[in-house]
Amino acid sequence: MIEVNRKGEVWVFAEQEAGHLSDVPLELLSKGRELADQLGVPLAAVLVGNKVRPLCATLAQHGADLVYLAEDGVLSHYQTASYTRVVCDLITAYKPQICLFGATAIGRDLAPTVASAMKCGLTADCTDLQIGDHTDAQTKEHISKLLLQIRPAFGGNIIATIVNPHRWPQMATVREGVMRMTVAEAGRTGKTIKFPVNLAGVDLPTEVLESQRRAKKVNLKGARIIVAGGAGVGSRDQFRLIWDLANILGGAVGGSRAAVDLGYVDHDHQVGQTGTTVRPALYICCGVSGAVQHRAGMQESAKILAINIDKDAPIFGVAHYGIVGDLNEVIPRMIKTIRSGASLSDAVTGASKA
Amino acid sequence: MGYNCVVCVKQVPDTKRITGQAMKEDGTVNRAALPAIFNPEDLNALEEALRVRDQHGGTVTVIAMGLPAACDVLRDSLFRGADRAILITDRRAAASDTLATSYILSCAVRKLKPDLVFCGRQAIDGDTAQVGPQLAEKLGYTLVTYLEELELDGPMARVKRNIGNGYERVRSRLPALFTVMETANHPRPPALLKALKCKKARAPVEIAKAVDGTLGASATPEAKSAETARRCSDMQTQNLLITQWNLDDIEADLGWCGGAGSPTKVNRIQSIVLAGGDYKEFPPTDSGVASLLGELIQDHTIG
Repeated sequence: MIEVNRKGEVWVFAEQEAGHLSDVPLELLSKGRELADQLGVPLAAVLVGNKVRPLCATLAQHGADLVYLAEDGVLSHYQTASYTRVVCDLITAYKPQICLFGATAIGRDLAPTVASAMKCGLTADCTDLQIGDHTDAQTKEHISKLLLQIRPAFGGNIIATIVNPHRWPQMATVREGVMRMTVAEAGRTGKTIKFPVNLAGVDLPTEVLESQRRAKKVNLKGARIIVAGGAGVGSRDQFRLIWDLANILGGAVGGSRAAVDLGYVDHDHQVGQTGTTVRPALYICCGVSGAVQHRAGMQESAKILAINIDKDAPIFGVAHYGIVGDLNEVIPRMIKTIRSGASLSDAVTGASKA
Repeated sequence: MGYNCVVCVKQVPDTKRITGQAMKEDGTVNRAALPAIFNPEDLNALEEALRVRDQHGGTVTVIAMGLPAACDVLRDSLFRGADRAILITDRRAAASDTLATSYILSCAVRKLKPDLVFCGRQAIDGDTAQVGPQLAEKLGYTLVTYLEELELDGPMARVKRNIGNGYERVRSRLPALFTVMETANHPRPPALLKALKCKKARAPVEIAKAVDGTLGASATPEAKSAETARRCSDMQTQNLLITQWNLDDIEADLGWCGGAGSPTKVNRIQSIVLAGGDYKEFPPTDSGVASLLGELIQDHTIG
C-alpha cells in the first residue's frame, strides 16, 4: 500500500511477449492519456522484459511521457513471482496514483497478485474509466478526482462504479478492444527511465517447459461486418444460419456469452465484456437478448441490426434497425434476397425512391 | 505419501437468472432472492483435488466462506467425495472485496497447511478471477493459473495452462495454488451412498437454528445452547459435523476483513434502463427484408 499521492503519475503496464506489444497496452495508453491530462500528471508505461528497449519509441508515440524500463534475462518470460516483484518495486519507488493492466491471461495473473502484495484495490474488466468525485455513503467524506472504475456486474442488471479512495495505487484491468486506440504520433518522443532490477531473494518457483501460441482463428476486431448469434439461435446446428449469413456478407461470426456457454460457437467468437469488443460497420445480432455485458462489447458499432422474436428484448435499445421475428425465417429470407440480385436491385431502387 | 488438498468453493447467485427485484436499494444483491448454486469452476477445482487423492492418497478439505446457506455447497462437496467441510461464516466478514476475502481465506488455509490449494478460475457473480491469485500471494504459495492438466511428482507439479491463445507447460514447486478452468475435467456427480450418509451433515449454525425451532420461544437461552451442544457432539461422533469457523477462530486481524479491510468502495450503482423503440423497424417479410437490405446497400454498409 502506498499513501494517496495526488502528484502521482498514471501508469499503464506495457504487456509484451517475445518483444511484441499487444494492442491492449496501446489502447490503455490512449485512455491513460485522457486521464493523465485531466489530472495534470504525466502518463508512464511500465515495460518489463528482456531486450525490449526498442518498444519504448512505440509507447511514446502512443502517448507515454515516460517509460520505466526494467530489463533482465530472467524477465524474458512472464512469471508471476519475478514480474510481481519488479512492478511492486516500481510502485513503491515512484508512487503512481493509477495503474492500468490489460485483462489478458498475463494481466489477470499479475494485477491481482500485485494488488494483494500492495494491499490496494483492483477492479476487473472495466468497460469505462473516468475521473470523478466520490462521497462516502457512511462517513459523508467527499473526495475529488478519483478513478471511477465502471463495469457491469451481476448478470448485467447493473452497472457498478467502483472507487479506491484511500489505499493507492488505484488499479484496474481492461479487456482488449474496450478502449479505442488512437493513431500513433510519429514524431512524439518520451523519456526512458531505466529501473534497476533487483530479484535478490526471489527464487523462481516455476519453470516454463513449453509454450504454444496460436494466432486467433477469428479476427473479430478487424471485421467490417459481424453476424452474431445468441441463445435464441437454439442449437449448434441452427447456428449454421449465422455462418451462412456471415459468409454471404463476407463478415465474421460472433456469439454472445450465452451462445458460447451453450456450446453453439467457440469462445474465440465471443463478443462482450469477457470476450472481444468490436466496432464494425455493421453488427447483425440474431437471437441475442442483449445483456449489458454483450452490449458493452458491440454498442459502438456503426450500424446495429437486431433480429429477435421478443419485441421487448433489450438489444433493441441499442439497435438502429430491428426486425421482430423468428430468425429461422428472417435469416433465410435475407440470404435468399442477397442471392437474388434482381429483387435486391429492385429494393435498392425502391429505397432510393423513398 | 499423499497430498493434503484444500479446495475453496463459493456459493453464487445463478447470474443467468437475476432480475431487478433481486437488487437491494444500496445496489448490493439480495442473495436470498436468487437461486444459489455451486460456482461452476469450483466444481472443476474440487474434481481436480479428488483426482489427486484418488491417484496419490491424501485428503480433500473443502472451505466455503459465506452465509450459513453456503453449507449446501459444502454438503454437495461431501456427496462428491470430499473428506472434510469447513464453513467460514461471520457477520464481520460482510462486504469483503476480493482483497479482504483472500485475506480471510488465507487465515483459514494457513491453519490447515495443505500441500495444494485449488480454486475455480473465477466465480460467475463477479467474474474477477482475483481471489485465487491473491490467496496464493498471501500464503506465499506458488501461483499457477488456468490449470487444464496436472501431474504431481514429489514436491513438483507439472501443469498445462490454458493461456487463451494457446497453452503453456510449466513445472512448479509445491506448495502451490492452482486456479482451475472448466475445460480441465468433467466433475463427477454426487455419489448416492455418500449423499445418503452426508445429507444429514450440518454446521453448528444450522443445528442452533433447528434447536430454536424445536424448543420454541419459551426455552431459555441456556437450555437452547445446551441442546445445541448436545446435538453438535452427537453429529461429531457420527462424523457429520461441518466445521464452522468465525474470524476469531482463524485469528484474522479484523482491520483486514469486511468493509474495513476492503479498499474498493461502491461509488454508484445504476440499474440498466434502456430507451427502447428508437430504431427503424422492418417487418419480417420478404419485402421488409428486401427494403432493409436495400437501405444498407444504398449507404454502402454492405455490398
